[in-house]
Amino acid sequence: MSIFTSYSEKTHPFKATFNLVLMSLLITALFWLALSLVGVRLNFSFLAPLSGRIFDGYLMTVCLSAASFFISLLLGVACAAMQSGKILVLRYFAKLYVIAIRGTPLIMQVYLFFYLMGTAYGITNRFICGVLILSLFEGAYIAEIVRGSLLSMDGTQLEAAKAVGFTKKQQLALVVLPQLLARTLPALTGQFASMIKDSSLLCMIALIELTQTLREISAMNFKMFECYMLLGVLYLSLTLPITYASKRLEQRFDYEA
Amino acid sequence: MRLEINGLVKAFDGKTAVLDYVNFNDDVDTLALIGRSGCGKSTLLRILGGLIPASGGTVCLDGEPVSEDERHRKKIGFVFQQGGLFSHLSALDNITLPLVKVHGFSKSKAQERAFELLDRFGLAGEAGKKPSQLSGGQKQRIAIARAVAPKPRMLLLDEPTSALDPEYTTEVLDMIRELKDEKLSFIIATHEMGFALHACEKMVFLYDGKIAEYGESREVFANPKTSELKEFLSKILEWKV
Ligand SMILES: Nc1ncnc2c1ncn2[C@@H]1O[C@H](COP(=O)(O)OP(=O)(O)OP(=O)(O)O)[C@@H](O)[C@H]1O
Ligand SMILES: [Mg+2]
Repeated sequence: MSIFTSYSEKTHPFKATFNLVLMSLLITALFWLALSLVGVRLNFSFLAPLSGRIFDGYLMTVCLSAASFFISLLLGVACAAMQSGKILVLRYFAKLYVIAIRGTPLIMQVYLFFYLMGTAYGITNRFICGVLILSLFEGAYIAEIVRGSLLSMDGTQLEAAKAVGFTKKQQLALVVLPQLLARTLPALTGQFASMIKDSSLLCMIALIELTQTLREISAMNFKMFECYMLLGVLYLSLTLPITYASKRLEQRFDYEA
Repeated sequence: MRLEINGLVKAFDGKTAVLDYVNFNDDVDTLALIGRSGCGKSTLLRILGGLIPASGGTVCLDGEPVSEDERHRKKIGFVFQQGGLFSHLSALDNITLPLVKVHGFSKSKAQERAFELLDRFGLAGEAGKKPSQLSGGQKQRIAIARAVAPKPRMLLLDEPTSALDPEYTTEVLDMIRELKDEKLSFIIATHEMGFALHACEKMVFLYDGKIAEYGESREVFANPKTSELKEFLSKILEWKV
């Protein structure tokens, strides 16, 4: 069994498995060492009676992310349209929005929005507030993704759509949208995975999502390591399948190249 | 087919006119459009095809005014220099989609027509492939098949071979000549003088935004009247065997 691979050949499954196991052992050893240096013995049994609470938090994170994804998608598309549109006021507004959101940390936006806008405009429901904050944040990133694929639309493809006699609507529905979708979908899916992770910062406004739930539990019984390890595993259970889907979409649409 | 052009002007965003008062009035069966790079060949073809608006003047095909309206566009077949096939569709779908959506074919009739053309030009094996999986020559021949599938009144070809290797150039030009034998009218912008001379009855030499010379291809080629055409021909033929 070798630990080397060549760039040209495909790695043999046995060799791959062997090296994966090797890597896992190394990581486990590293963790083991760290834990024994700190003097902790892991014990997850105290979590069993709390599983209902943890599940509620998990569900809250899923709902938050899903709701925010749809709203941020609308925001992102609208913003990209404004940025490439003809109305100057809207174009500047959209540009400012993207710059401001992408240039500042989410935690600042969480506080500012919740304490200033939330209080001023009377949005007291934490879930709605959380969804709005997250949507505003991710919307700016989605706007850039959409704008990027709009810019990468090939001029000849648009002319060809005209040349074959398509109406304006058909040009959009049969050529522009399918090509945009193919180019945007993998990146959008990836953004959804980020969104799930980003939603953890909403624990700062005491929204009882997954991170907040485990923060509360760990504050009660001081079992930091177990709580945060579980937290990591639970986030991975959400993000890994999505990352995988994003990879598959990328392969499915790679005719563009 | 009758082509009438009266005082056609085209200027891109207020700059100097690319086409400067072009006039033309004659029957067009097969016409070659020649002239040096940047003289406005593509611009003229795109106006004829209804892809861009003119800045001034009128153009009529068989008495009907040319415009950007889809009712005009659907009567014309257009072939681009390259990259005109829809990249998200297979070769077959590239041909059938416009037939179904624009020309009211049923799905099965459209496929029948597509395979008729693909078979005839030896492309049936590529029907399921996306443009990125095809050679340059195959792409152009499928683009031509797509353009002629709805039996257009006129085919416009904008340098269909200038992005191709010589061996592919021949297969594409052969295909166009075969279509000519079926009485399909076409206008082709090209740098392939052999093709312009032997496959096109008439020739237009575009210079400085105007039609500098026009006539029977053989005549224009053998007896160029303007010094501009003489110079152009000597340049373009300098390295020909
Ligand atoms: N969309 C556009 N905007 C501004 N200028 C343009 C545009 N399209 C073409 N032009 C200009 O118009 C002139 C004629 O261009 P055109 O593409 O018609 O030339 P051509 O004869 O087809 O040249 P070639 O043989 O290189 O294809 C060029 O100077 C070009 O820069
Ligand atoms: Mg051109």
